[in-house]
This record gives sequence, C-alpha cells and structure tokens, in this order.
Amino acid sequence: MKGNEALAEAAMRAGCKCFFGYPITPQTELAAYMAKNMQKNGGVFLQAESEIAAINMVLGAASTGVRAMTSSSSPGISLKSEGISYIAGSDLPCVIINVERGGPGLGGIQPSQADYWQATKGLGHGDFHLLVFAPASVQEMVDMVVKAFNKADEYRMPAMILADGLLGQMMEPVTFPEIAVEMPDKSGWAADGHKNKREHHIINSLYLTPEELEKTVVDRFARYDVIKEKETDAELYLTEDADIVVCAFGATARVVKSAVNDAREQGIKVGMFRPKTLWPFPEKEVQKACANASKVLSVEMSMGQMVDDIKLALSCAKPVEFFGRTGGVIPTPAEVLEKIKAMGGNN
Amino acid sequence: MITGHYGSGKTNISANLALEAAENGEKVTVVDLDIVNPYFRTADLKDMFSQKGIELIAPSYANTNLDIPALNFDLERIASGGDVHLIVDVGGDDDGAVALGRFSEPLNNCGDLEMLYVINRYRYMTREPHEAEELMYKIEAASHMKHTGIINNSNLGSETSAETVESSLDYAKELSERVSLPIVFTTAPARLGMDSSRFKSVNVLVKPIWEK
Repeated sequence: MKGNEALAEAAMRAGCKCFFGYPITPQTELAAYMAKNMQKNGGVFLQAESEIAAINMVLGAASTGVRAMTSSSSPGISLKSEGISYIAGSDLPCVIINVERGGPGLGGIQPSQADYWQATKGLGHGDFHLLVFAPASVQEMVDMVVKAFNKADEYRMPAMILADGLLGQMMEPVTFPEIAVEMPDKSGWAADGHKNKREHHIINSLYLTPEELEKTVVDRFARYDVIKEKETDAELYLTEDADIVVCAFGATARVVKSAVNDAREQGIKVGMFRPKTLWPFPEKEVQKACANASKVLSVEMSMGQMVDDIKLALSCAKPVEFFGRTGGVIPTPAEVLEKIKAMGGNN
Repeated sequence: MITGHYGSGKTNISANLALEAAENGEKVTVVDLDIVNPYFRTADLKDMFSQKGIELIAPSYANTNLDIPALNFDLERIASGGDVHLIVDVGGDDDGAVALGRFSEPLNNCGDLEMLYVINRYRYMTREPHEAEELMYKIEAASHMKHTGIINNSNLGSETSAETVESSLDYAKELSERVSLPIVFTTAPARLGMDSSRFKSVNVLVKPIWEK
C-alpha cells in the first residue's frame, strides 16, 4: 500500500469513527481513502472548509468519546495549532497526522522533517505536549496509528504521527494486525448526553482563576512525567561497538541505515540510533546507544532540530555534529557516508 | 498507453518497455502524463532515458514544488509525429486517467494503439478481480478510451518471490475472463530469473533513494 492509504486504513481498523480533513500534498491520498471508505465502515468523513474547521470538528467529536482523527501536511498543521492547543487544554484524546513537506511558509511539496520543533516543542500556545510517533516504514505507520489511538485514550491527550512526504507517497508491503478495538471507559468525562440521569460533563479549556488553571496544568505535567518514564521507544542498530553513532528518524533513518551498512562494509565502526517516539524523547535509549561512541551525528531533513535533543540527552558530554538537507531535498546514503568518513570514523 | 491503480507499477513498466524498445533499435518517446502524483514518477528516470537515447516528455512542473495538475505539451501532435514508439505513462486511477480524456479522439484514431491496464493483486484496494474490473471501467469512463489488454504486475515490492508471482495467475485469469481482454504478459522481477517463456522479466527502476 501507499503510506498515506495505510495510515487511513489503520485508523479505521483502530476504531476511528470520525475523520475531518482538508486536501494538501503530499497527504491527500489519506483524505481520499477516508472519503471512499469511511462511510462503508460506519464512520463519518467530512472535508471541512479549512484546516481550522477540521481540527475543531475533531475537538467536538473527541468530546463525545469517539475516536477522531485529522491529517494534513506542514502548512495545514500550522493552521490547526490553535485547535490542537484547545484539545490538549481540554484533555481530549485524538490523532493528528502530519505528512511533512518543505517549509517555512507555503514551502514546497517535497519531503521534509523541519516540523520536529513544532511537533515536540510548540504545537500551539500554552504549556502542553503531544505524544509524537515517528514511523520509518509503511508498516510502522500502520502500527503507530493503532498505538497512537490507544495511548491518546490512555492519557487523554492528542497524539501525532510525524511522517514525511516520502513515507506518505511510497509503496511498501504491509500486514494489518488483528486489532480488537477496546475502547476505554469514557463515561466519566465524555459529553455524550446526560439523559437527565447524571450531571453535565463539561469539556473546557477556560479556567476562571489562575490557581485553578495552574493546578490543572501541574496535574497534566505529572501525567507527562509518567509518560516520559513509560512510553519512550527507539531502535538501536549496531551501536554496541560503535565509535560513531548516527541519529536519525523517519525516512531519513532508512537512508542512514543504508549508509551505516556501507560504512560497516568498509570496516568503520558506526551504528544508528532511531527514536520512534519524538515526544517523549528516548533519552535513556540515546545515552545507551552512545555509551561507547566518541562522536555522534544527527542526520535530518532540516537545518538541525532533533540534534538539540540529542545534545541535551547526552548533557553535551560528547561532540554532536549535524548533517542535513532541507527544502525538500533528501540526503543520499553516499552523502551520509562521506560525512561519517569526514568525522574520522575509525576502522 | 499504460494505465492502472496508484502504485500498481505503471511507471516501472513504462520504463522497462521503453528500454526494451530502444535496445531493439526503435525510436522511443516516453510521455509522463501523470498529473496526480507528486513523487516517484517517470521524470525521475530522465538521466537514464537520455543515456539510452529515449526522449522524455514530462510536464515542466514535474518534481518541482509547483503543485499544478497541468500539461504543457500537446499529446495529439506528439502521437501524430510519425515513426515513433510512443509510451504514455498515465496517472493513477480514474483521477489520473482524466488527463487522457482530452486526447481520446485523436488517439483512438491513430491506429496502432494498445491501452494496457496494469494490475497488482496485492494492492489493497484491487485484491479481488471484481475490484480491479470496477476500476478498469472507471478508467475507461474517465479517459473515453477502451483497454486492449492487461499487464499482470502483481508484486510485493522488494519482498516479491516466485510464489508471489505464481499465485497471482488465477487472479489475472479471472479478471481477463470477466472483461474479455487478453493478459499481454505477467511480470517477474529480473533477480528471480523466472521462466522467460511464461513471464516478462522486469528490472526495478523506480525505487526509494536508500535502495539506489
């Protein structure tokens, strides 16, 4: 399947009943797939009048307790940011998919990873986080969509799949796991009709006293601490004896893996660290991956964003270099290999 | 004319057919008529075509950041250009085939025309012959043209095995009977070295950057 289609199919199988979207390259096949199939699956597809409308429809649907999703590409995600902040501030679960393209501004339609900061640090105003998953294959897109819905419900917060145009557009074989959709009990908060049998459930992100708002945010951050402890995930590839560890996520990790294999064939001791969760960032895992390395390299389709999180995780105890291409240009395995050699990769 | 589902392998087939014709000494022109797909398109193979003396005609916005479904060439004039083996890589689904509709009249009159429908039984939305049939007729409705044959390109990308190919044959046969069109050939990746009297060996030319 094409990556974008696999994301859509996985969402339906994970019990997504409402999809609100708006077309934008390179994620449009996702919305098109939903348009063709959502109704057959007993769900609702609606092409909203704008990205802003779509995210606010997600807010409304999620308020009633159903699994809801929206998707877009970089500029469209920026438009959704206000709604995402409201969703986080209302403690609502939902899934947001960003199939990134080049930016800033209207940018371009070729793949990019330059929304890392946006996804992990600042997708909207206020103190909050999203769960951010970074797939590197079409199969992982499927698996992570299912996980995103489950974790979003578990922690009552929005979850994002941060993919890139390359993954969205590429074809790969996938298998769909047997998904037994188990909806957690949302009866304690969902605004699904009180039928005069209980108090109103109010979905809200407005607090009239600063103390009340502070307490709500502090409680939310206590939940974030649990997530940081429990939900990090990463792949470590040939890192045990690695002198240089190359860090990459998403499609770039496929390029890096290819370069690492080439370097190993030349006897260079290099390995790869690939975070699968970008928030929470797998700090312990990157520390483990780099334990025996003398140098670290971050390769990204941006001017260098994740590289900061690696430096923080390693407390700047090791030199962390950066190599990237941006604006929709994909780094090649040959370029990455050249950089590894330039860093003095030891045989 | 090569049509089919998104990702069924139209571009790879078009490129393989073009190389084969060029190696047989034919004058070959490949037209990238895809107005729906932003990446993984015939225009990616520009350098290889130019080395083999194959002319490539693609929308000038292909592989740029301009997301405009426009064609800035005249397929009618190209098709009437004389002694050329013309291979047209049509965009995916009926959405992509719309672009062909505009040229249907001159193309239908151009005589020696084959319009081949590429199928992949492992594609999620065309796994059943009746689904592939439905899409085929949608493409015909959008393009105002009729298919003349089927190319069975059933594959699982780099995971394709001989068994993958063999177990697609019944599916292709059933579709062929349903729509009364011949299977022109069934493809097999060259690396499998399968019986060339039964399968057309194709090279995988369209692939991600980390496999190049």
